[in-house]
Amino acid sequence: MPTGTTLSSLPHTGLSDVAGLERVNARPSFWRGFGTTVREVYQYRELLGQLVRKELKVKYKDSVLGFLWTFIRPLLQLFVYSVVIGVFLGSSKSIPAFGIYIYVGLLAWTLFTDILGGCTGSIVNNAGLVKKVYFPRELFPLSVVGASLINFVLQCSVLLVAYGFARSGPAWSQLGLLPLALLVLLLFATALGLLLAASNVFLRDIQYLVEVGLLLWFWMTPIIYDWTKVREVLVVRHHLGWLYDIYLANPMANVVLAFQRALWSQGKGTPFYYTNGLAVRLGVLAVVCSAALWLAQRIFARSQGNFAQEL
Amino acid sequence: MTTDVIRVHDVSKRFNIHKDKSLKERVVNFRRSKQHAEDFWALRDISFDLTAGSTLGLIGRNGSGKSTLLKVIGGILTPNTGYVERRGRLAALLELGAGFHGDLSGRENVFLNASILGLTRKQTEQYFDEIVDFSGIEEFIDTQVKFYSSGMYVRLAFAVAVHVDPEILLIDEVLAVGDEPFQRKCLERIRQFQREGRTIVLVTHGMDQVRQMCDRVIMLERGHLLLDGKPVDALRAFRERYSAEGELHASQAGDHREVEITRVEVTDPDGVHKERFEALEDLGVEVDVLAHTPVEDWAVRLTLHNHDDVLVYEASTKDLPDGPHGHLEGVRRLRMVFPRVPLAEGQYFVTASVHPEVGPDHHRLERAAFFKVVTAQRQEGLVHMPPRVEVLTP
Repeated sequence: MPTGTTLSSLPHTGLSDVAGLERVNARPSFWRGFGTTVREVYQYRELLGQLVRKELKVKYKDSVLGFLWTFIRPLLQLFVYSVVIGVFLGSSKSIPAFGIYIYVGLLAWTLFTDILGGCTGSIVNNAGLVKKVYFPRELFPLSVVGASLINFVLQCSVLLVAYGFARSGPAWSQLGLLPLALLVLLLFATALGLLLAASNVFLRDIQYLVEVGLLLWFWMTPIIYDWTKVREVLVVRHHLGWLYDIYLANPMANVVLAFQRALWSQGKGTPFYYTNGLAVRLGVLAVVCSAALWLAQRIFARSQGNFAQEL
Repeated sequence: MTTDVIRVHDVSKRFNIHKDKSLKERVVNFRRSKQHAEDFWALRDISFDLTAGSTLGLIGRNGSGKSTLLKVIGGILTPNTGYVERRGRLAALLELGAGFHGDLSGRENVFLNASILGLTRKQTEQYFDEIVDFSGIEEFIDTQVKFYSSGMYVRLAFAVAVHVDPEILLIDEVLAVGDEPFQRKCLERIRQFQREGRTIVLVTHGMDQVRQMCDRVIMLERGHLLLDGKPVDALRAFRERYSAEGELHASQAGDHREVEITRVEVTDPDGVHKERFEALEDLGVEVDVLAHTPVEDWAVRLTLHNHDDVLVYEASTKDLPDGPHGHLEGVRRLRMVFPRVPLAEGQYFVTASVHPEVGPDHHRLERAAFFKVVTAQRQEGLVHMPPRVEVLTP
């Protein structure tokens, strides 16, 4: 067969005008590789869309209730917490519209756990693909982020229904905080997710660690209780101002507080409505989390060359 | 301008065999894992260039590093040393239906798999009917893939795979699937790829495929590049090297049998051991049969397979006019002489069994002996039948 002589006459290949030989899997520069990856991911955006679609379709395939399950878990959580914390422990007496208060926090939290939990296993669970096909490995965690985000939007509809019943709405003046908080959440969760996805390949304990860690983290975040209690105990009673600062440095605490401020209008004027320069805090967090995302991606990129052989 | 599309420079790849994946395993195996941490080189200093439009076959035994090399070229594995350079779009068919998800319908999987292989959604929509047509499973396209038979699954997967539009195509033993018409279809498609000037790198165990499709062969052994050359030479070298002594089965001792074959040997017509025959030489096979307990009737069946495990010849002495009959006790030696054996070049394995005239075998010795046939003349196929050529002027 003729070798390489007739190529330019071939209609399908742009081979002759492709630049030069390209190094396969060249070790990327630690400082400059981020841009390359972003470009690559952008090139593969259609595949990313397909993967997100797959995540969503597969999740509740063959179940009778299907997508309704997306709502059942947060609704059950809402029910349990409102009864136990709100009624039995009496929080609903002091916190107005306690149901909405809880649901707003759960909304942010569910998005966070969906991303972290999904990302952690994303490489290992797709071992078949990782070992057989090349495309940017970042697509696996990113597809989880995408699918979680769509779930999040769906779950928001519950909130709209709740607004309808309570004849209220979001706090319009504070609504600007919501995109900022969402941005922080996504940057933070994606950064962590990339790290966890990569490390789970090398040490499978990570997935269990994440489960336990998220449980601890849940209670460290003012979702079903209010932050004033923490301040009261730490600052007023025990004078542990630094510990309280650490508690508030938790990005998720800030995100949840911002969600509450934007979406829980009934809290306006109550002491539970966090007001301490939240926008600035979120702005700083967004910068920090962007840096973290960059770092996480670089670490991910460095380790991904070994994924296929470790699986 | 150079037309190399793939350049492999001194690529080596090392694997750790024992690797503990959980904290517990690491703690429990702490001592042992240090001792057992074994490395092995799946690839050692491999270098070659491949020009555009050629079809390269990678051959070698299991574990010789063929698939690893393919994965390194495909960018799925990163080599420990050395590097690969490549130009143009690449599609790797290392596994059919990579990314197929059982819970999704055939249609959904086509789109998913196609985008994994690098097709855009638009292209997939454009090819969709053709893909379904090629797979031949129109009726089931909206059924979940987990309900597919394995044949249907593979057909659909291959149908997607052949519609990729790469400049370089990596194929790993995916052709050995499906029924025969489908395989023919696949081969036809690969020929079309070749005609279109695409570069193909192919891992295969099927020597026929190598002969039919490749214009260059690289043979690997334990990660080393053993040979890089024309298919004919490579195939001969491959056969010579892995000549079948290793694959011969020793007779299993210890089993209690009434009648047993104790020895099978390939000889010349006079009973002198011989392994290498010219075409159309006389060939003898000696079989020793031992009857522990006397039996009333017996016969010996000889079977020949070639290196591709194709049945070449089989016959039993019971159907031969001069075959032995009647009572058997103690040892008997049988020699069968085949005059002017018309076999093509290759390696052949002899399987012998002893059996009564009716009923199951007393004993069967698989691949008990082997011999080679060498022909001076180039030809394909199973038999050697050199023709007499006459040029007739009308």
